[in-house]
Amino acid sequence: MSTLLEVSDVSVSFDGFKAINNLSIQIGDTELRAIIGPNGAGKTTFMDIVTGKTKPDEGYVIWGEKSSSLLDMSESQIAQAGIGRKFQKPTVFEEQTVRENITIALKNPRRPLDLLFSREAPNTENRVRAVSDDIGLTDALDQLSGALSHGQKQWLEIGMLLAQDPHLLLVDEPAAGMSETEREQTTDILVRAAKTRAVVVVEHDMEFVRRLNCRVTVLNQGSVLAEGSLDHVTKNQDVIDVYLGR
Amino acid sequence: MQHTFMAKNPSVLWFLLGLSLFTVFVTIFSEAVGSTGVSTSFLKTLGKTLCLCLVAIAMDVVWGYCGILSLGHFAFFGIGGYAIGMWLMYERTKNIVVGSLENNILPPTPEEVEAAIGTQIFGVVGSSEFPLIWAASHSLTLQLLAVVIVPGMLALAFGWLAFRSRVTGVYLSILTQAMTLALSLYLFQNDTGLRGNNGLSGLQNIPGLEAVSQATLSLWFFWASALALGAGYVFFAWMLSGKFGSVIRAIRDNEARIRFLGYNVENYKLLIFTVTAMIAGIAGALYYPQAGIINPAEIAPIASIYLAVWVAIGGRGRLYGAVIGAVFVSLMSSWFTGGSAPDINLGFYLVKWTDWWLVLLGLTFVGVTFFFPKGVGGLFDLISNYREKHQ
Repeated sequence: MSTLLEVSDVSVSFDGFKAINNLSIQIGDTELRAIIGPNGAGKTTFMDIVTGKTKPDEGYVIWGEKSSSLLDMSESQIAQAGIGRKFQKPTVFEEQTVRENITIALKNPRRPLDLLFSREAPNTENRVRAVSDDIGLTDALDQLSGALSHGQKQWLEIGMLLAQDPHLLLVDEPAAGMSETEREQTTDILVRAAKTRAVVVVEHDMEFVRRLNCRVTVLNQGSVLAEGSLDHVTKNQDVIDVYLGR
Repeated sequence: MQHTFMAKNPSVLWFLLGLSLFTVFVTIFSEAVGSTGVSTSFLKTLGKTLCLCLVAIAMDVVWGYCGILSLGHFAFFGIGGYAIGMWLMYERTKNIVVGSLENNILPPTPEEVEAAIGTQIFGVVGSSEFPLIWAASHSLTLQLLAVVIVPGMLALAFGWLAFRSRVTGVYLSILTQAMTLALSLYLFQNDTGLRGNNGLSGLQNIPGLEAVSQATLSLWFFWASALALGAGYVFFAWMLSGKFGSVIRAIRDNEARIRFLGYNVENYKLLIFTVTAMIAGIAGALYYPQAGIINPAEIAPIASIYLAVWVAIGGRGRLYGAVIGAVFVSLMSSWFTGGSAPDINLGFYLVKWTDWWLVLLGLTFVGVTFFFPKGVGGLFDLISNYREKHQ
């Protein structure tokens, strides 16, 4: 397994508060990885840095086979390079149908004039179907996505990420606010997705992480506290201290 | 392709049908065909209203669909008016000057003609020199190009600076207000060379068509305005019907999200901002020959705010909503401020509508925003919902 994303010695501070402190993480090219940590550990900031929303004060973020630096790229360029992100709060375009939401995300030319003047790719419908089957929303394709349940919106958003066909999927708390059965289905979707690409899941919920059955990175105060299997990290004394209090 | 576009956009067909019927109806009753039903001045009001509808749908596209609350689109409208006005004024003055010099014993030199035109046009601001800005005014083709190119370039430059710096929301609105205010103040100066606060006048007289009566000319302009509105409506509906429209609405609803999907939001905004500015320019170029006069007060900041009010009252995010808003408010406005509305005597106070119309408009705006955020156009949703329930 070769390295897809390499974050090394990255630091960033907001008004003097060090949100990320010498953080180094490597993600392999077909890997499912969970990132856990208490509030304020820097999980979301880590995603902001990788997706270009936040520029770090120091350090490197190296991407892909060509080892290009993500720090010189804009959000849309990073997305086009193959990094998809799911936000903590489900953000789908509520006034548009599920089909429109998926279509907008499909990997296609994205410049304004391409969209205005080129015909729709002939296999669009099949690709939309493939995604909607994967997330179990084929029956709801023509519904406004605002009418979906909370869990369905989360899936739609994951589906939109899959439609982008990214090499790396960053998923922020996918199970938040979901029922037990919805959680199981979400786990399935993510595990399936990780067979062909890298998936990084940020999660609070230990049970959910256990079900993912993958390598776990524990963040605390902006740097890596421990890394390994869930059983390994939960036996680590530092991790116990952070999670259970000193 | 055409079929699916129309099938997906039933409102386009209805709109074109309504507009055609209205045009035929007005034509039949116009003075140009010997009727007295629609006076020439009212015909001009109707033609101008159609132009306002066109700039309103442009505003709806930029605000209602793309979420950019531009409070400067009337500036582009005004630029279109100035661009065509310069040719109208130059050419007409030239015709008059040449006519009056005809009886001279020696034929006038081109310099003398030019100087005489200059004195005629700029005498009012104490000058007779042609400023550089009038360099192309002798050419109808060039001034017609200026109608779309100047607003387009200004929008492109402004948008490029603003969107690239990610200026959004209320800050962008304030910037656009500053833009239209700056332009208006610039035009107010005599040094600018566009006759300062006098503006350009006599625009209702079309050079070369002196023999045609105002009644007929007005009808032609009314037709041209209807044609432009119909074409603009179809153009915007086409633009917004497919995936492009889906991205535009997505930008309105969540700019950050669509950016993370790999779309370059700035380019989309820039395209929308520029294209709508160009359409606004066309609308202005059709409006001012019907109005007869344009001056810098036309593009005062308040004018662009009105534009937003029309769209809000008519209903954002639907093209026909903008048309409803523009028609309704501008006709009401000319009724109330034209002195036709009966004043209300409350005994202790006389409500004069010429003074109170703005208050009424303001209250309507607040009321619509609070109670009918979808505007008048939202009523169509209520009706279709009701129909679905009772089928």
